Amino acid sequence: MSTLTAAIVGPGNIGTDLLVKLLRGGAVQVHSMVGVDPASDGLARARALGVEASAGGVDWLLAQDTLPDLVFEATSAKAHLANAPRYAEAGIKAIDLTPAAAGPFVCPPVNLDGLADAPNLNMITCGGQATIPIVHAVSSVVPVAYAEIVASIASRSAGPGTRANIDEFTQTTARAIESVGGAGRGKAIIILNPVDPPMIMRDTVFCAIPADADTDAVAESIHAMVAEVAAYVPGYTLRADPQFDAPREEWYGHARVAVFLEVRGNGDYLPPWAGNLDIMTAAAARVGERLALGKVTT
Amino acid sequence: MSENTTAAPAKIRITDSTLRDGSHAMAHRFTEEQVRGVVHALDRAGVEVIEVTHGDGLGGSSFNYGFSLEDDIKLVAAAVDEATSARIAVLLLPGLGTVEDLKRAHGAGASVARIATHCTEADVSLQHFAAARELGMETVGFLMLSHRIGPAELARQARIMVDGGAQCVYVVDSAGALVLGEAQARISALVAEIGHEAQVGFHGHQNLSLGVANSVLAAQNGARQIDGALCALGAGAGNAPTEVLAATFDRLGIPTGVDVQGALAAAEDVVKPFLHRLPFADRSAITQGHAGVYSSFLLHAERAAERYGVPAHEILQRVGQAGYVGGQEDMIIDVALQLVAERERAA
Repeated sequence: MSTLTAAIVGPGNIGTDLLVKLLRGGAVQVHSMVGVDPASDGLARARALGVEASAGGVDWLLAQDTLPDLVFEATSAKAHLANAPRYAEAGIKAIDLTPAAAGPFVCPPVNLDGLADAPNLNMITCGGQATIPIVHAVSSVVPVAYAEIVASIASRSAGPGTRANIDEFTQTTARAIESVGGAGRGKAIIILNPVDPPMIMRDTVFCAIPADADTDAVAESIHAMVAEVAAYVPGYTLRADPQFDAPREEWYGHARVAVFLEVRGNGDYLPPWAGNLDIMTAAAARVGERLALGKVTT
Repeated sequence: MSENTTAAPAKIRITDSTLRDGSHAMAHRFTEEQVRGVVHALDRAGVEVIEVTHGDGLGGSSFNYGFSLEDDIKLVAAAVDEATSARIAVLLLPGLGTVEDLKRAHGAGASVARIATHCTEADVSLQHFAAARELGMETVGFLMLSHRIGPAELARQARIMVDGGAQCVYVVDSAGALVLGEAQARISALVAEIGHEAQVGFHGHQNLSLGVANSVLAAQNGARQIDGALCALGAGAGNAPTEVLAATFDRLGIPTGVDVQGALAAAEDVVKPFLHRLPFADRSAITQGHAGVYSSFLLHAERAAERYGVPAHEILQRVGQAGYVGGQEDMIIDVALQLVAERERAA
C-alpha cells in the first residue's frame, strides 16, 4: 500500500482532532505537528501520541531533511495565505482547512476526482461540507435553480475567528453551493445556538426543483449520498425522509425539496456536539486518505 | 445620562417597525405602494426613524423565512424617496445578512443600521458595526430573546456591542415573554453598564399583552429609544402599537415628537385597510410568550401545522423546550416531523 506523509500546521482543536483521525486511519503517515507557541497544549498532546512536534513554525518544517508530501493547514486564512506559496515552492500539497480559499474548493464525495494534481485544496466551510453533497445529489438528477442551506451550530463550537468574520462563512459557502454543488444560485445561513447542553450540529438544505421533478429519483439520490458521506463521517444522518413541497407562486413557480440533517461528531478529540468541526477534519482526512491510496484521478 | 428626577422627562425616540417586524405578519409580501403609504403617514406624524426590511433583515428573502415580494433595496429606496424628515433604518442579522447587503442599503439611502444577534452572541456583530460606522450610519444593537439571560449577563453583551461601535443597544423581547419587572431590570442593567456612552432601547411584543406596559417601564428607567408598529403589525401577537405608545407617552407627559392624531390616522386609514388579519393574542401567540418562543415562528408553525396535521401550539411548545433561537425556522418543520413520527408510533 502506497502511503503519503503529512504535517499538520496548527495544533489547536481542529489540528488535534485531525491528528487523532489520521493516526487511526493509517493511510496517511503523520510527519509532524507544527505550531508557533512552545507552551502549546496541542504540541504536548501530539508528543504524547508519539508524533514529532515543533513550535518552530513553517520555517522549522521546511528546514527538515525529509519534507512531508502533504500539509494540513489548520491555522487561519491569513497564515495560510502567507504559507501557501512556500508549500508550493517546496512541492508540498496543501489541504487547507482555513477560509483562505487559495486553491479550488473540494468536497470529497463530489469533486475530489480530477484534483489529484492540484497543489492546494480548500475544504470550504463546515456548513459546506455538510450540505454541498446534498445539493449535488439533487442537482445531478434535476436542475437546481437555487439552493439554500441553514447550518445551526452550538455557540461553544464557534471560535473567535468565525465570530469576527461571519460573513466569510455565508459568502464562501454560498459560492461553493454554486460552483461545487451545482446550484444556479446559492445562499447560506449560519445560526449560533447557546442552549445547554450544546445542540448537535444541524443542517437543512432547501433546493428549488422543477414542478415535474421525479421525486423518487431525487430522494434515492439523496439517500445514496448520505450513505457516501456517512462512510467518512459516521454521525452524518437524515432526521427524516426528504420533504417535497408542491410549486408555489412565491417560489417563482418552483417545487421544493427540504433535507434535514444531523451531524454528530465522532468524539475523537472534540465533543460529539461539535459536528461542524468533526465534519471538517473528517473531510480533510478523507482527502488525505484518498490521495494516499491513489484513488484520486488527475 | 443620569436624569435629575425632578426635571422634565427626557425625550423618547420612537422607531416604527411596521415595515420590518410587520413584514412577518405580511408573510414578507409588502408592495412598494404600501411602503410608500406607510412612510408618508409616519413621516407626517413626526416619527423620526422608520425601519424597512424583510422581517428577518437584509438578505432575509429565502425559503427558510419566506421570499420577499419586492427586493428590500427597492423598498428602502422607495421609503427614502417618500420621507421628508424621517430617516430610514434597516435590520441586519449577522449569519444571514452581510456587510455587502448593508452597503447596498446604505447606497439606497438607509442611514440607521440595526444589527441584531441572539442575546448571548453579540460578538458576531462586530464586523457589521465597524462597517456601518465606516459608512457613516447611525448604529443600533439588538439583543434578541433578551428574556433568555439575566440582566447582568445581558449588560455584558450590550457592552460588547458598544465597544464594537453601537450607539444604542436594545433589550429586544422577541418572544413577548418579559413581564414588567423583568423588562425593567434589564433596562436598568444596560443603562448602568453603557448609559454613559450609548443609549438604551426597548422592543416589545404583545404575546402576553405587555408590550406597551413594558415600554413605559423602559422609558421610566432610562430607555431613550422605543420600537412600535402601527396596528401592532408584527410577529407573534404583534408589537407594541406605535399609535398606543404615542398616546400613552403623551398622557404621561413624555415627549416623543410624534403627533398622536397623526399616528392614529396612520394606523386606522393606512395600515388597517391592507391587513389580512389583525395581530391577536391567540392560543399560539400566548404559548410563544409563555414558553419564550421567538415571535416570528408563529406563521411558520401555522404553515407546518397545516402541512403535517399537528397543532401549531404543540409545535411552538416543543420549539421552546428545545431552546431554538431566532433564525432556526427550519427546526419548526423538523419538530412537526418529529411530532408526526411520535403520533404514528403511538397509534
